[in-house]
Amino acid sequence: MTPMLEIGDLHVAYGQVEAVRGVSLVLMPGQIVSVIGPNGAGKTTLLAAAMGLLPCRGTLRFDGEPLGGLDVESRVERGLCLVPEKRELFGALSVIDNLRLGAYVKRLGRAALKRRIDAVFERFARLAERRSQMANTLSGGERQMLALGRALMSAPRLLMLDEPSLGLAPRIVHDILAIVRDLRDEGVAILLVEQNARAALETSDYGYVLETGEIALGGASAELAGDPRVQATYLGGGTDDHD
Amino acid sequence: MSWDIAFILSTDGVATGAIYLLAGIGLVLIFSVTRVVFVPFGDIAAFAALSLAAFETDRLPPTIGLVLTLAALALVAEIVGHVRKRCAAQIPKAIVAWGLLPALPCALAWAVLAAHGPGWLQVVAAIALVVPIAPLLARLTLQPIADASVLVLLIVSLALHFLLSGLGLLFFGPEGSRTRPLVDATWTIADGYSIGGQTLLMVASALVLSGLFFLFFEHTVTGKALRATAVNRVGARLVGIRPARTALLAYTGASLLAGMIGVLIAPVTTMYYDSGFILGLKAFIAAIIGGLVSYPLTALGALAVGVFESFASFWSGEMKDVLVFSLLIPVLLLRSWLATHADEEEEEIDE
Amino acid sequence: MNGRVLRRAGVAAAIVLVALAPLVLGKFAVSLLNDIGIGALVALGLVLLTGIGGATSFGQAAFVGVAAYATAWLTTAHGVSPWLGLVFALALTGLAALAIGVLTLRLGGHYLPLSTIAWGISIPLLFGNLDALGRHTGLSGIPPLQIGPWRLLEPRAIYYLIWAGVGGACLFSRNLLHSRAGRAIRSLRGGATLLASVGADAFGVRLALFVTAALLAGFAGWLYAHMNRFVSPSPFDVRASIEYLLMVVAGGLGQIAGAIVGSGLVLLLKNSLQDVLPLLSQRGARLEAVAFSIIFILLLHHARAGLTGFVARWGRQRFADRIEPAHDEAAEPLPRRPMPERGSELLTVVHAVKRFGGLVAVDDVSFDVRAGEIVGLIGPNGAGKSTMFNLLTGTLRMTSGQVRFAGHDITGLAQRKIARLGIARTFQHVKLRPRMNLLDNVALGAHARGRAGVLRAGLRLERREERQIAAEARRQLERIGLGGRAHELAGSLPLGTQRILEIGRALAADPVLLVLDEPAAGLRRAEKEALAAMLRRLRSEGVTILIVEHDMDFVMKLVDRLIVMDFGSKLVEGVPAAVRADPRVQAAYLGGSPEPYPANPEAAP
Repeated sequence: MTPMLEIGDLHVAYGQVEAVRGVSLVLMPGQIVSVIGPNGAGKTTLLAAAMGLLPCRGTLRFDGEPLGGLDVESRVERGLCLVPEKRELFGALSVIDNLRLGAYVKRLGRAALKRRIDAVFERFARLAERRSQMANTLSGGERQMLALGRALMSAPRLLMLDEPSLGLAPRIVHDILAIVRDLRDEGVAILLVEQNARAALETSDYGYVLETGEIALGGASAELAGDPRVQATYLGGGTDDHD
Repeated sequence: MSWDIAFILSTDGVATGAIYLLAGIGLVLIFSVTRVVFVPFGDIAAFAALSLAAFETDRLPPTIGLVLTLAALALVAEIVGHVRKRCAAQIPKAIVAWGLLPALPCALAWAVLAAHGPGWLQVVAAIALVVPIAPLLARLTLQPIADASVLVLLIVSLALHFLLSGLGLLFFGPEGSRTRPLVDATWTIADGYSIGGQTLLMVASALVLSGLFFLFFEHTVTGKALRATAVNRVGARLVGIRPARTALLAYTGASLLAGMIGVLIAPVTTMYYDSGFILGLKAFIAAIIGGLVSYPLTALGALAVGVFESFASFWSGEMKDVLVFSLLIPVLLLRSWLATHADEEEEEIDE
Repeated sequence: MNGRVLRRAGVAAAIVLVALAPLVLGKFAVSLLNDIGIGALVALGLVLLTGIGGATSFGQAAFVGVAAYATAWLTTAHGVSPWLGLVFALALTGLAALAIGVLTLRLGGHYLPLSTIAWGISIPLLFGNLDALGRHTGLSGIPPLQIGPWRLLEPRAIYYLIWAGVGGACLFSRNLLHSRAGRAIRSLRGGATLLASVGADAFGVRLALFVTAALLAGFAGWLYAHMNRFVSPSPFDVRASIEYLLMVVAGGLGQIAGAIVGSGLVLLLKNSLQDVLPLLSQRGARLEAVAFSIIFILLLHHARAGLTGFVARWGRQRFADRIEPAHDEAAEPLPRRPMPERGSELLTVVHAVKRFGGLVAVDDVSFDVRAGEIVGLIGPNGAGKSTMFNLLTGTLRMTSGQVRFAGHDITGLAQRKIARLGIARTFQHVKLRPRMNLLDNVALGAHARGRAGVLRAGLRLERREERQIAAEARRQLERIGLGGRAHELAGSLPLGTQRILEIGRALAADPVLLVLDEPAAGLRRAEKEALAAMLRRLRSEGVTILIVEHDMDFVMKLVDRLIVMDFGSKLVEGVPAAVRADPRVQAAYLGGSPEPYPANPEAAP
């Protein structure tokens, strides 16, 4: 099977610093892969480079086709989608307009568009209640839902999520990650970048640990969760002496 | 001041305000999508007016030469770009978009003159002729440096203004012109109170066009895509909206507005090759009142500027511009006080 | 070859050329050089104001006009000596600039340049409408300048005065930029918060800069009036202001030399087009504006940073700057603040609340920090710790509650006043000046410990204070381990080193309390250990430290006490080991207890 996403020896410079140094990872269709690590490890930079927002060196392949040199908009056309850390919603536009624009690249007819919007509203009942409200009046959790809903409007083949749990209460994180698992079951490949290591490893099939731009560990999520190093650093386990 | 004078001043003020409104919309349209303060806006309006005057005196407007030259240059630039990126397949599309489309209004203008077309067709041709100017200029001079600082973009914009007004002098000479009124009628409300037909046309046009723009922004996908780019450029890219394309759309829309403004004011004001600057500047005041983002506030601002200018010119014809521009300072202070400023870091200058 | 030597040789050569020029060139050329010199003075003001200070002005020509008309009126209507006219002109220009500046310099964003258009258009229009100023005919018969028995009537005569003026202005500007006031000016682009954090008032700095630029324009106006011996409104209108802006953009916004190069470029171009174009075509004269614009646009497409920027970049690629060894001049150390007694109450926060509309970001938080300890304020992202941090430093206003520091009530106090009381801070997103070197970045921190303003700086009367500040900055660089790298540019450092540099800047303020905002974010393991070691060293030297952090591991090994926040409130407080073992902390912070999700699905988000 061709990997949905293949990153090979990626180097990304962010200003003067090399934020990602020689990262390689693979994501198969119908799989959730998570990338965990501390603040500033380069996780967001990694996703930005994969999306085309930052220039990079190394290999990037999407469903077998090389991505190098393609602009962001072309990658979106091919089925790659990013929900960034800052969500980047259209604050002054209504919820439903945000969703409509999510499907911009597919040029859907009226009926097809309505079907997709209804599907999103079914998944996120709270958004349906607020369909005509402006996006910048929504709460943090609702914004995350809207960002995810907008991404789903283009029916992407690969969905990249940058810290979906950021600033959200545990119950909402639970709901969102459940939806992420549903999407995986529907055949979408998902690359999940998270600081909340526990939630990430519980949701994903495979995991990588990124520290200061490099992959420190990688393996099946269940195994990673059991790894003593991961436990000590990210899962608060262990009784190390800290002085 | 008697009531009938006040009435005349008010109606004139509202009409002028209507023009500033349309210009303000054009300026905000471009700025919100591209961060460019498009100074040559007024010059394009002047070109439309002077082209119409040329039609009326049975001359072919030299504007055609400008449009064709710009189109040729833009086409070459596009083809070179596609060749460099090895996308030769895009070339035929480029030829149509950058070569054929701008040539259409030129052909229309030529046909109208050759066939001695009726007045309204001349007006349409004059407007159509200036529509390609802003997008072509933007493609050639602003798009290649789209990531430069706001100041450099502004300076290039100023240089474009000098370019266009210089070309205006070259094409149309230093003499001013007025065109035939589009509407001759007068509407008399009561004894001594009447409104000219041209005035009504200006106000009606502003209302209709603003309405159309509103519908465009609220109810079409392209309109929403344009608003989205203005609100969040990164977000727009992430849903596949190409900023360069929306920018061109904004420029074309603004050019259309400029053309309409030109033919609307040409019958009531003597237009010279450099009349555009002051027009653009006053419209800019209106745009600032709207904070460069809000169209309704821009409309109110335009009305205020127009009426204020009208009364100021009655009080002192020579000092009217001083008064209007001095008005800017309290407006800015009020605006700044009302807006909450996040700590603004200035961009570093280019190196 | 050394870049510095090359630059100095260039300046020397330029001075020789300028001195010899009138002896070899004809009258017309000298006249042109006079115009270039006068333009360069105005352009220099713009280099300082717009290029370095970040405030675009479309009104400099108006100031030139104010001075020109002032001296013209005084010397023609009242027969006063032109030298008194200079005093009068500068005074009037300075007052006008002060008034306009006070009114408009608080405007941010695009509003400021727009306001400059306002008076840039109004003032010249005013000239054309006042009878006393000759309306549109202007004033003529202005007396020429006289030095002793020599009347400066000929272009060659006034040439030396003009270019001596240009030279003096350049020297003044150079001195200004390399001083305490200059560092503040160079930091204007970094935002008002950066300046407030070192105790400087961004508005005051901007105002001083604005008046300085206006005075330069005023001086040019005075020269203009007594050279041409005639003034009318048109050379001072907004088009002239735009031309001055074109000069600096073409010449190079960031370089003092850009003013001279730009003025020369624009005036020479205009001149040659006026000569050449009529030869090419009958209507050639009308092509001037068109040709000028096209050439200008092409220039900007290929040299965005202007001609001097282009040359500077080319020079940087070829010639390295040899680093100057530190001058070990004996300098008295700057006076230091008395340090509080170890263990005494230093910072107390009482029932702090911050609401943003309906959102409660900080919900009734109280804690204190004692002198000589390191306290950590931690919590997951979105816990409200950054908001709390901003409340402490005065960046945000508290909705209710109180903060006391070293006996003062600092609730609601302005940022820069809090900074001057002895709280020094760093930023989560590093706010360094990338184009300034390490030494200057750190020296900025000592801003509140100096006093010399623009005038003393330009005239080089503050050398002793400047040596003291430089020595202090060098000391802090040593302290943070960057001693030998004083002349590197801050923008070239990796993130971890930048964070350490920011701490150095904070230390240069001689703080009583150091407040650090996520200093460990983005650092590698080795860098984190070095940072922790440095902070422990500082504690042993008596500095109190409050760290807001997200990295649990980093703070565990470092702090004496930990305060944990979550969803805006204080969760737990105590020694690190106890805090870490607390099950509430485990649940909230570490992403889950053994029961990962709350059992009650009705729980509000």
